[in-house]
Amino acid sequence: MTMDAPTDDVVISLSNVRKSFEDHEGNDHVVLDSVTFDIHRGETLVVMGGSGCGKSTLLNCMIGEYEIDSGSIKFRTRDMNRLADIATLSDEAFNDIRKRYGILFQSGALFNSLTLAENIALPLEEHSYVDPSIIDIVVTLKLQQVKMLAHRDKMPSQLSGGQKKRAGLARATALDPEILFYDEPSAGLDPVTSTAIDELMMDLSQKLRVTSVVVTHEMDSAFRIADRMVMLDKGRVLKIGNRSDFELLRDANPLELSRSDDRLMNQFLNGHGEGPLTDAEGLSEFEKLIKTSSGG
Amino acid sequence: MASSRFKPSRVRSAIESVGAVGDRSINQMGQFVRDIGGMAYLLGDTLVWAAKGLFYRRLKFGWGSLTDQMVRVGVKSIGIVVLVQAFIGCILALQLAPTLESYGQLEKIADVVAIAIVRELGPLITAIVLSGYAGASIAAEIGSMVEAEEVKALRAHALNPIRFLIVPRFLATTIMIVGLTVIADTVGIAGGLLTAWAALGISPEAYLASTQIAIVVRDFLTGLSKACIFGMLVSMIACYEGLTVSGGAVGVGKATTATVVKSIVAIIGMDAVFTSIFYVFGL
Repeated sequence: MTMDAPTDDVVISLSNVRKSFEDHEGNDHVVLDSVTFDIHRGETLVVMGGSGCGKSTLLNCMIGEYEIDSGSIKFRTRDMNRLADIATLSDEAFNDIRKRYGILFQSGALFNSLTLAENIALPLEEHSYVDPSIIDIVVTLKLQQVKMLAHRDKMPSQLSGGQKKRAGLARATALDPEILFYDEPSAGLDPVTSTAIDELMMDLSQKLRVTSVVVTHEMDSAFRIADRMVMLDKGRVLKIGNRSDFELLRDANPLELSRSDDRLMNQFLNGHGEGPLTDAEGLSEFEKLIKTSSGG
Repeated sequence: MASSRFKPSRVRSAIESVGAVGDRSINQMGQFVRDIGGMAYLLGDTLVWAAKGLFYRRLKFGWGSLTDQMVRVGVKSIGIVVLVQAFIGCILALQLAPTLESYGQLEKIADVVAIAIVRELGPLITAIVLSGYAGASIAAEIGSMVEAEEVKALRAHALNPIRFLIVPRFLATTIMIVGLTVIADTVGIAGGLLTAWAALGISPEAYLASTQIAIVVRDFLTGLSKACIFGMLVSMIACYEGLTVSGGAVGVGKATTATVVKSIVAIIGMDAVFTSIFYVFGL
């Protein structure tokens, strides 16, 4: 695992982040353990891993939805002269950071009682001091960026899944954020729409020069958009590196890989059915039962 | 053999069952305390944001959202409140008539109906109707928003969900329940009047004259103050249940049921407390 020393261009720094949840019987389940890495200004970092590996929990910790058990998550926006631990910030101070980032949720998470234009205008109305006519122009621009201008007066219930994601992206960029978080941007979309969303994300990253943090398990999408990648498994960071490092790992012959973590990542990156991820230890109870009953 | 009747496994099973009941009761008690604490915290936050909305110019209050909720909670409930309260007035008059008649006090029926409706049944029945009609719908709506990540999206945009979602629903329910109670009182008395006129042979003029003498402003005020508290209870329980939804559609369904059940218990419990206070202080 590579650990980056904090430098001036670090916008988010995670250090030994640990998060656990208590089940109904009071037992602790560790979802994230000693997660440490930095995110640099302007890069697109893809966080990937299988279902239940902790990537969505990590995103929720980064955006302040979950409090972490130990460790630290630090942010540094352009108007801050040092990294600030979000756990030590007041609500108002953290809200100032929140205004500097945008999030595209898995479902789009548009406000169902508002039209598309109103959805995008809401953060602007609340956090900017500009005239309503200017807000209207900004809304038009944002909708044009995601090619949704024709739908500006529609309600979210009238849109398809892909259109909701585009509209969600327009809302996420409403305040010209420095950081954009994407939670499974390709989930539930057909390959064509998924590629279109990826291109839109790359286009916005270049035009707005934002730092992007993308949580996904769609490998095609991940390799298309990433500058750097982080691989999680069972709550721990298996590897962090450039896209080319992961491409090498993906293209390697699994029989030639000596480290078990490398073989596991090779299987995941290639989407193979056989390998360390799906051996008896890696299977869920249900999958073990199926395998046993089918004589496997 | 007598010894076979006392198998150790049965004794152990009985002890375990008692233990499980005790364990469940402690868990439920803990959950109850957490819920009360959570609702008190939510109420405090809601009152702070409502005050900020009223007094800080920079914080837009969301009048549009408030009026939308007032129409949804109040105006759309008028029909069902009128229907239920008319039946209550009618039932009260018919139930009281034989007893009052046996004492030769049938003309007192207007007094009893008026006091029962204005002080007690007007606010109580209105709140119960509202808990089923508006409370359940608020819990389901907010619960669905939680599940659809809309509440998370609000927080992510540095927009406080209490201010945007809870304050309008809290104010709308509290304001509209007072208005609905006034309507309920009027309709309940009218129901009693029509029943007394049609079935008991009491003229409307005599009935209204008795009603005017029987009730005083204090009776209205005690009834309306109870209604106001019931409105706060219903909205707080509904919003709290909605905000704490988990588990998808099943969770939303559970929250809706819990809202209605908890609201009715809380309303009747609070009514008992208020009635006792009014009785002690002679109000």
